[in-house]
Amino acid sequence: MDSLNNYLFVSVILFSLGLFGVITRRNGVAVLMGVELILNAANLNFLAFARFGGMNMAGHVYALFVIVLAAAEAAVALAIIINIFNNYKTINIDEVSELKQ
Amino acid sequence: MIASNTITLFCLLILFLPLVAFVINIFIGKRLPREGDWVSVGAILITLLLSLILLISMFINGDPNFSHETVLPWIDLGAFKIDLGIWVDNITVVMLVVVALISSMTHLFSIEYMKGDIRYNRYYAYLGLFTFSMNGIVLANNLMSLYIFWELVGVSSYLLIGHWFEKHSAADASKKAFLTNRVGDIGFFIGIMLMFTAINSFNFQDLFDGVNQGLMAGNLLTLAGIALFMGAVGKSSQFPLHIWLPDAMEGPTPVSALMHAATMVAAGVYLTVRLFPLFSPEALTVIAYVGGFTALFAATIAITQNDIKKVLAYSTVSQLGYMILAVGVGNYVAAFFHLLTHAMFKACLFYGSGSVIHAMHHSLHDINDHDTDPQDMRNMGGFNSKMPITYWTMAIATLAISGVPLFSGFLSKDAILAGTLSFVEHHPEHLLLAIFGFGAAAITGFYMFRLIFMTFHGKPKMPAVFKGIHESPKLMTYPLILLAGLSFFLFYTLPYFNPFSDHGWFTDLIKAKDSAVPGSLTAAEIYEGVHHAHYPAMALSLIVASLGIGLSYLFYFKQKFSAKSWSKRMGFLYKLSLNKYFFDENYNRFLYQPFLKLSRAVAYLDWDLYDKYFINGFGRVTRIFSKLTGRMDYDGLDQILVDGIGRSMQGLGKRLKQTQTGRLQNYMLFALIGVIVILVFQTI
Repeated sequence: MDSLNNYLFVSVILFSLGLFGVITRRNGVAVLMGVELILNAANLNFLAFARFGGMNMAGHVYALFVIVLAAAEAAVALAIIINIFNNYKTINIDEVSELKQ
Repeated sequence: MIASNTITLFCLLILFLPLVAFVINIFIGKRLPREGDWVSVGAILITLLLSLILLISMFINGDPNFSHETVLPWIDLGAFKIDLGIWVDNITVVMLVVVALISSMTHLFSIEYMKGDIRYNRYYAYLGLFTFSMNGIVLANNLMSLYIFWELVGVSSYLLIGHWFEKHSAADASKKAFLTNRVGDIGFFIGIMLMFTAINSFNFQDLFDGVNQGLMAGNLLTLAGIALFMGAVGKSSQFPLHIWLPDAMEGPTPVSALMHAATMVAAGVYLTVRLFPLFSPEALTVIAYVGGFTALFAATIAITQNDIKKVLAYSTVSQLGYMILAVGVGNYVAAFFHLLTHAMFKACLFYGSGSVIHAMHHSLHDINDHDTDPQDMRNMGGFNSKMPITYWTMAIATLAISGVPLFSGFLSKDAILAGTLSFVEHHPEHLLLAIFGFGAAAITGFYMFRLIFMTFHGKPKMPAVFKGIHESPKLMTYPLILLAGLSFFLFYTLPYFNPFSDHGWFTDLIKAKDSAVPGSLTAAEIYEGVHHAHYPAMALSLIVASLGIGLSYLFYFKQKFSAKSWSKRMGFLYKLSLNKYFFDENYNRFLYQPFLKLSRAVAYLDWDLYDKYFINGFGRVTRIFSKLTGRMDYDGLDQILVDGIGRSMQGLGKRLKQTQTGRLQNYMLFALIGVIVILVFQTI
């Protein structure tokens, strides 16, 4: 039970769920949650490799960086979503498709 | 004695100062004070001073064989070589003084005569151009540069005759003068080229040497001589190209005096004098006949003309004929002598006529009469009391041209007639030449005194106009007085005082060259003959001149005979003379009209046949061919190949555009698919 593959397996499931959420969710906040899942999947990988793969302390440090980065990213992304809501009265990202020609 | 370099410098200054005046006046003359006439007058007076210094040094030198040549290579292509240069001998120096003197007088006279003219500065500019080119002819040491200046003289003549180009007659006259001169100049150019091909040089001295060595001889030499003489026929207005000179009187009168009496028309004579050694005896005979005939023929026209300037114009043609005659009979020093004296008294006559016309013009202007011709002698009469200076100076010049003793014309005309007489003595078959010469002498006296009597004597024909006539201003009378003074014999015979012999500085300093043509008479032999014929010629010329003057006196002063009834009695002859022998009309009918017809026929061939059928047909075929290739290019290549590629790209783009949804989630899905594909391929 206590092996690298188990951790990676959990991490893959977590990543896939996150990616699925990012791609399919209409709600902007839900997309952000997906991103958080992906980041946490990465974190789990880092820690698993720190414990079993010989990455040692570097893995822990990277995980801490990712957490900080995730917090910053969430702050900026939520601010963007609030602005989108102010302008469009919706946070459904399908309706905010100005990028299309 | 002036150093050789100084002579070159002086000659170059004399040549180029008028050109400088021309350039200044043509470009900025209008903006200068007094419209820049002082630039031209200043330049020409310096030129006169320099020429006089050369003349004085010639006197001090006293060398009849003086000759100075400076050569500057111009074009050097190995075998083909043209040198430009100046050749100064005593003839050149005298001619330079004549040109500078008459030109200065013209410049001064024009200040008053042309006052208020709308193209005042341009007039002075052209005078400068003319003086430059005339000096160029005088100084040239080779046929090539002489020809260049020859044409430049033609151009300036064209510009000055057409000075008042608003007048149709003036514009036509300038064109006529230019085109008539061209006819002669073509011959001149052929002559130059004949000489060049035979002797391979343009230089006068080389040509003389070449002819002397027999590089060119026989008929070819005669032909070349006559061709060269054609240039002189055009420029000196000899029969049958004499038609332009009388019309050239449309130009301002000072111009007529400068160019069409004293200098430019004398260029032809100067040319024959310069090239005399080249002429074969046969060519000289032709020259003598042309000159002699012109002398008599123009004189007979002058009898009946009523325009004061026309009389003088035909008189000029006649006197030029004299000079050419003198060259033809071999006595070319006499020709040059007559050129010199004629320049003085004929310029004086022209200034006099200018003064009369000026007075008439102002008087007519004052009484608001713009229809009366101010140049018609029938409107004049009795002017001698109102214009004494003009009268006396013109009278002196008339005495000179008529060949009355004590005056210069007597000496020079006598020299020509003596030469003709001696020639006829040696060749009795050419008796006609003597008849031409003496006949013209008699008629000259007649028509010149007719001019004086009709203008200055008798009752005024138009009293209203007569009242307003007054003497011209000083700037106009001073040149008259100076030139009338120079019509006395004394200035040409110094230091001797015999009015019946031309022996003096002129004959001492200007000696005839031997002809370069082998077998010709030497200058000494010609001189010997002339010397023998001197006194008989003098007696004869005195008799004929007094005959002419006497008849004129009876006709126009005493009015013993009525000129009118005589003109009726002469009927046909009178009409012939009055209408200048219908030369213009006949030229028109037999030369211009057939030529026009020929031109029209050629134009028909060219335009109606060649252009319309051949050229246009060719065009049509090309157009059809172009249409065909156009269709191939447009419908085939452009539509299918070029545009086809474009269209297919456009379609592809449209289809591909749909993948760009703008939804980030879609892109992400694609990225995911891409990653999966890459992973799958990596594992395989």
